[in-house]
Amino acid sequence: MPNHSIQVIGLHKSYKQQQVLKGVDFEVEKGSIFALLGSNGAGKTTVVRILTTLLQQDSGTATVNGFDVASKPDNVRQAISLTGQFAAVDEILTGRENLIMIAKLRYLNNPRQIADTMLQRFGLTDAADRKASTYSGGMRRRLDIALSLVGNPQIIFLDEPTTGLDPESRIEVWKIVKELAAGGTTIFLTTQYLEEAEQLADRIAILHEGRIIAKGTLSELKQLFPQAKVEYVEKQPSLEEIFLAIVGKKEAM
Amino acid sequence: MEAVKKHFFTDISVMLGRSMRHIFRSMDTIITVCITPIAMMLLFVYVLGGAIQTGADNYVNYLLPGILLMAIASGIAYTAYRLFMDKQRGIFERFHTMPISRSALLWGHVLTSLVSNAISVIVIILAALLMGFRSSAGILPWLAVAGILALFTLALTWVAAIAGLSAKTIEGASAFSYPLIFLPFISSAFVPTETMPSVVRAFAENQPVTSIVNAIRALLSDQPVGNEIWVALAWCVGILLAAYFFAMRVYKKRV
Ligand SMILES: Nc1ncnc2c1ncn2[C@@H]1O[C@H](COP(=O)(O)OP(=O)(O)OP(=O)(O)O)[C@@H](O)[C@H]1O
Ligand SMILES: [Mg+2]
Repeated sequence: MPNHSIQVIGLHKSYKQQQVLKGVDFEVEKGSIFALLGSNGAGKTTVVRILTTLLQQDSGTATVNGFDVASKPDNVRQAISLTGQFAAVDEILTGRENLIMIAKLRYLNNPRQIADTMLQRFGLTDAADRKASTYSGGMRRRLDIALSLVGNPQIIFLDEPTTGLDPESRIEVWKIVKELAAGGTTIFLTTQYLEEAEQLADRIAILHEGRIIAKGTLSELKQLFPQAKVEYVEKQPSLEEIFLAIVGKKEAM
Repeated sequence: MEAVKKHFFTDISVMLGRSMRHIFRSMDTIITVCITPIAMMLLFVYVLGGAIQTGADNYVNYLLPGILLMAIASGIAYTAYRLFMDKQRGIFERFHTMPISRSALLWGHVLTSLVSNAISVIVIILAALLMGFRSSAGILPWLAVAGILALFTLALTWVAAIAGLSAKTIEGASAFSYPLIFLPFISSAFVPTETMPSVVRAFAENQPVTSIVNAIRALLSDQPVGNEIWVALAWCVGILLAAYFFAMRVYKKRV
């Protein structure tokens, strides 16, 4: 237990007739990056909502930071933060006000200073005093993630953090995630992009039709598939590489 | 749990600060809330007033309590609207995954409603003064009036919370207040109930607005309030408690 930040056993959840989770098991080691991979409607958000105490499972158990999510939600909430699939910022408040609000709700000293630090770290200083409703998608996402990091929670949930972002912003988010993990934070992220899981995750689980059909490290997963045949093909740059080269942000990798 | 309890008031004050900012960044909501009642007041005083026999020599004095209740009944629709918007957007989920008191979220909205309705009430009273409203009441009766209006606002705001939390659409969230706005028409707010047909009169004399209007009217004109004020208070407290428990139940079930 002590090494598991998250442990999920036999999780079931249905909405009315539709069975979404049919016995999901996995565990996430402390300080690691865990990616839950699945296509649209696979149930990724449902898993996240159960683990973050927003939704009750039908059966099975889930513990986060050693506490049962169903019976000890308050203890779980002390340890986590969520960046949901859709940005959860207050659009009428400015970026700075959003950060100060969350810092106050986490009972931190010096909310203003914390806000300043975060704005700087996420490149939002110039937009700090504009309403969040005027932010671009990427800025909103960055503010959203910044809000989740206020108070340095031990476990961070990111539900499709890069969906809808341009390649540049995506790489920025990846960088943040890697920094967090390097600092010892446990990260649970969901994604539809194989590449994202490949880039970030220490361990990957694939959710399909209500069950985890494969899990392990990237190399373990690769072994599940037949060895790739070696062929010599002239390497074409990918569109992403071209885009990044033109935009001149290649060093951001 | 201890920590959650200890920070209850911090949570409420942060939430209050948040939704007060929302209000001051959309002053149009307060203006909208004031305009209709002031227009009503103009209409009744300068167009219909001449034909209405109330027995009072100053019709603005007679009218004001009902107009204030009407303003509050329309003002609380914004609480339903704001709660609904919060529920729709991700921000509620963020709050709910944080170790903060759940009811603090609702109380933040409720206190905001109290403040914004107080602003509208003051604006309308100022408009009434311009139109000839005068009161001989001293400080104590005025405080009693403020207390009744605050209680009435609280009671209706919790009703609005139920609507905002359970509504499926934005129209549904705000439409519920329309019948509330019309309650003053079937009460002693504009004309004495004695002039109404018996069925209507029975309804008018036994619905909350009439006792509240009569109590406020008596207080403002320095008349003895009699039993009316206790009936008014009983209505307000009764609605408040029932709506509070129901809203909390809806809230726990939904989130
Ligand atoms: N509140 C709800 N009521 C009914 N059905 C729901 C509800 N929430 C989710 N579902 C259904 O459950 C299934 C899984 O949804 P979920 O949001 O967990 O998927 P997801 O993997 O996050 O998908 P996406 O990649 O599109 O975000 C979907 O078929 C969805 O329609
Ligand atoms: Mg999802």
